[in-house]
Amino acid sequence: MLHQLRGPAKSLYQFYMVGFLVFLALPLTIVAIFAFNDSLYPALPWQGFTLDWFIGQTEPKLGILYDDGLLSSIGVSASIACLVTLVSIVLATANAWLFVRFDFPGKNWLYIGLLLPLVIPGVILGVAILVASSSLANSIENTFAWEWEWLRPGFSLVVIGQVAFITTISTLVILARLRKFDFSLEEAALNLGASSWVAFITVVLPFLTPALLGAGVVSFLMSFENFNTTLMLVGSDAPLTIAMYDRLREGSTPVLNAVSLLLMLGSALIALISMLFDNEQKNNT
Amino acid sequence: MKAKGLGFYLLLLPFLLWFVLLIVLPHMQMLELSLIKRDYAAGDSVGGYQYQQFFGEPLYWRTLMRTVWMSLLATFITLLVSFPVAFFIAKVAKGKSKRLLLLTCLLPFWVSELVRTYGWMILLRESGVISKGLMALGLTEQPIEFLYNDVSMLIGLVYTSMLFMVVPLVSTLEGLDKSLIEAGYDLGGNGWDVTRSIIVPYAMPGIVSGCIMVFMLCLGNYLTPRLLGGKDSLWFTEQIFTQFITRFNWELGAAFGVILLLVSSFVVALGLKLSGQSFSRTLGR
Repeated sequence: MLHQLRGPAKSLYQFYMVGFLVFLALPLTIVAIFAFNDSLYPALPWQGFTLDWFIGQTEPKLGILYDDGLLSSIGVSASIACLVTLVSIVLATANAWLFVRFDFPGKNWLYIGLLLPLVIPGVILGVAILVASSSLANSIENTFAWEWEWLRPGFSLVVIGQVAFITTISTLVILARLRKFDFSLEEAALNLGASSWVAFITVVLPFLTPALLGAGVVSFLMSFENFNTTLMLVGSDAPLTIAMYDRLREGSTPVLNAVSLLLMLGSALIALISMLFDNEQKNNT
Repeated sequence: MKAKGLGFYLLLLPFLLWFVLLIVLPHMQMLELSLIKRDYAAGDSVGGYQYQQFFGEPLYWRTLMRTVWMSLLATFITLLVSFPVAFFIAKVAKGKSKRLLLLTCLLPFWVSELVRTYGWMILLRESGVISKGLMALGLTEQPIEFLYNDVSMLIGLVYTSMLFMVVPLVSTLEGLDKSLIEAGYDLGGNGWDVTRSIIVPYAMPGIVSGCIMVFMLCLGNYLTPRLLGGKDSLWFTEQIFTQFITRFNWELGAAFGVILLLVSSFVVALGLKLSGQSFSRTLGR
């Protein structure tokens, strides 16, 4: 269309794109800049440059590196994300293999079932899991007088809730790659005397590795930044997003900007690394 | 396809466990809970009591109507904003700049939704960057509160979910043959004719899948309406949260969850029906 556009229409279109990019970058840039404002509020006026929101050791300017509350919530988020990634990748690989390699009655219905979490709002998924696990915990307590603490809101329930929908997303990533696999390669391995397990490990798995890494990155980041499902399942140890939300409601200091900036840098780095892997994958095939 | 041996069932098992235990069963439990009426004197009974409460209290169903309406509006605005951008990326930009543009669009979404919303708060609040900027330019005498109204909430919703519109649009528009556009012009159409009768019909699968994702994300959003919306801008997910966590009325909260799930499924089904798309093809790419 643009090659048909001349003069003002073309400039208008380019102007729109520039405006869009500004719209996209503005909030994040502002968050990053205010991480260095020497003021107790993340607002104008600009009080001068400071690194206190990173390395400040005393209240009220307690920097992120010394803020035990936020630091421990980062730890909680990271352990949740690692566990969720691990479980969802294993599940997703099995799911992808199931849907690519086998035909079975009801396959289309189960595929729709696999996609369902994409259209369940996060809050509802969280609520449903909360209800189910509580009623299970209650009935176990009433019947056997056992208190299964892990079924109550807290770490394990957050992991369960996140696995419920992140598995779908990882499965889609791995499925896309597995569909491109040339299964005659696997047959060749079988003909050469490999057991099907050995064939999987030596032929299929290396082919899948980039997709597994990609799905791992996506799962980790989605888990780390999840809010809606986590909100309903959280116990006393708050993950980072919940801890930040609580601070935000109390009235925030720029320490939240500092955390946000670190989050941006962290996810940009992870995204960059995964993209390098992605390029390698494209060059190799 | 291989004969179904032990391996098949070993793969089917984790999928079924995930699907039944984490998706189906929790939602059934939520439905069951929503039908229970607690009465400590007469004992619990089953019935539509919670649903009567929902329809009997205008605050509840008006909040739902408003949530659906605002989500639809946000989806429509997102589509309008994203379409020219997606077209630019898919058909106008070339080589390096194309990849760079797509990357720029993706990066903000690797950062937590909380951080993105927080950025808008710093920009729009009374002591925020835009208000103070306008004062510095002499355009206004008093600081202006841009936050806590429907417009700021819509900006937040559009910003938060834009990626899920841009990506499917780009991937469908990539396949559009430029000669079709040129043919449209050769036949005497103007830019509007070509857009309406060639580009938009071609992009329909992407439009539908983008709209479904964005609508679901808005409907299930909790953070953005809570932090950017005004006091009157109650969101239905907030009602669910209130019933569950603040008032501990799980039965009514479960009923709200079921209602939101039904409404969202209905809108998604309607969207698919009207546009003639299939669920697994639009979402399971």
